[in-house]
Amino acid sequence: MQYPDAPDLTSSPLSRILLDPSQIDRMIRRMAHEILERNQGVRDLYLIGILKGGGILAERLASIICAIEGASVPLGTVDITLYRDDLSSKPSPPFLKKSALPEPVDLKRVVLVDDVLFTGRSVRSAMDLLMDLGRPSRVQLAVLIDRGHRELPIRADFVGKNLPTSRDETVQVSLETGQEHVSLHRKG
Amino acid sequence: MNDSLRTSNLLTIGDLSPEEMEGIFRTADSFLDLSSRTVKKVPSLRGKTLVNLFYEPSTRTRTSFEIAAKRLSADVINISTSQSSVVKGESLLDTVLTIEALGADGVVIRHPSSGVPEWISRRVQCHVINAGDGLHEHPTQALLDLYTIQKRKGRLEGLTVAIVGDILHSRVARSNILAMTRMGIAVRLVGPPTLIPKYLGDWKVDVFHDLREGVRNCDVVMTLRLQLERATASFIPSLKEYAKLYGISPAVLKEAHPDVLVLHPGPINRGIEIQDEESFREHSGILDQVHFGVGIRMAVLYLLMAGGSKGE
Repeated sequence: MQYPDAPDLTSSPLSRILLDPSQIDRMIRRMAHEILERNQGVRDLYLIGILKGGGILAERLASIICAIEGASVPLGTVDITLYRDDLSSKPSPPFLKKSALPEPVDLKRVVLVDDVLFTGRSVRSAMDLLMDLGRPSRVQLAVLIDRGHRELPIRADFVGKNLPTSRDETVQVSLETGQEHVSLHRKG
Repeated sequence: MNDSLRTSNLLTIGDLSPEEMEGIFRTADSFLDLSSRTVKKVPSLRGKTLVNLFYEPSTRTRTSFEIAAKRLSADVINISTSQSSVVKGESLLDTVLTIEALGADGVVIRHPSSGVPEWISRRVQCHVINAGDGLHEHPTQALLDLYTIQKRKGRLEGLTVAIVGDILHSRVARSNILAMTRMGIAVRLVGPPTLIPKYLGDWKVDVFHDLREGVRNCDVVMTLRLQLERATASFIPSLKEYAKLYGISPAVLKEAHPDVLVLHPGPINRGIEIQDEESFREHSGILDQVHFGVGIRMAVLYLLMAGGSKGE
């Protein structure tokens, strides 16, 4: 099926497509099964996507988990901007996006969801935010791509794909329906 | 589209585009959620210092800025001029330069002379926020008024708002007229001829001298405080007559839209601008204005001050 606004998916010396929609779909399905296996079902499970990359991924995971178990899991999103450690290195901070948390995190087994794990700083911010929201019984981390280069002692519990990268490359993940791809870009 | 403010000071509502106002409202939405959390603070302004410099008395604006800054983890210092070196004759500029040299990252100024925050902003490096200057502007009040209307009515564009009372001396009215027309609201000014500015310039407003006619079918009635400290009493025959002709009462509100929202920037002269509020409690947005004001001021402080310093 062709989409009129589909991205240019042809590889060039500066960018490479690494994953296509069916590969991404299989990875997300496997991650959903792993989350259920590790947590022995949906009891107290709470998926929270880190905006904005983790939002759609968390949604996808939640709907697959619901299809497997026949029971829905609460699904939230958080904007971590206020907790970032690099706010003061930029001239002006961005407008905030609305976090949506349908229920309190207390005593829940929270799975933080993000698209790419890189330095680990976003995850640090998200954990600080979670602790200010309440006291989850457990916090786990699910990421679609782990590209290495950690700057903090943080590790993901569920990983779609480990992707060796160099620091000056950027990983682009799109989970918009019809435009799903993961690509690697090098600075020209 | 911009995803942050272009300005590093908030001096007039004219500095903000409609998109920027929407951005401030969205940001305020996130901050309002904080009040339902276990920890009501966020660390975004940790290590930054905000000085509230008020040359006029104020309870709600100063407290609102103070709470907003503290929820963002900033350190707040309040200077009320009656207890400062101002009484020893220190000039305004010297006071502000001293505050900056003491390490302030931002200063919130209220002053009886129009244009003071703008004048100061050209002479200091720290962020300057106008909290009301003379007869000129009170931008955060206009932002919180619009935000309250948007929250209560679900939209701004296409609404009709009647601003009632002492338009001539009101910085709240000026900021609101600019902000509202920019956001697609039809603005009516209602008041005695002596309290409506003679030259309205390029304001796209309709003027009414009859209150019932002015509020007819309005979605929002914003009544202003009669500023008795600015000798407003000499512009009207008597307070009693003003209350009778321009006071908002249940009978007057019958002329407005059945779901009318009543706003007042406070403090209220009860029995003059607003009469018998108890009987139209469900139409009143006055306490909402105070509540939403904290969210708006958090948004403004965060958007102006959370980034790197202005000079860098």
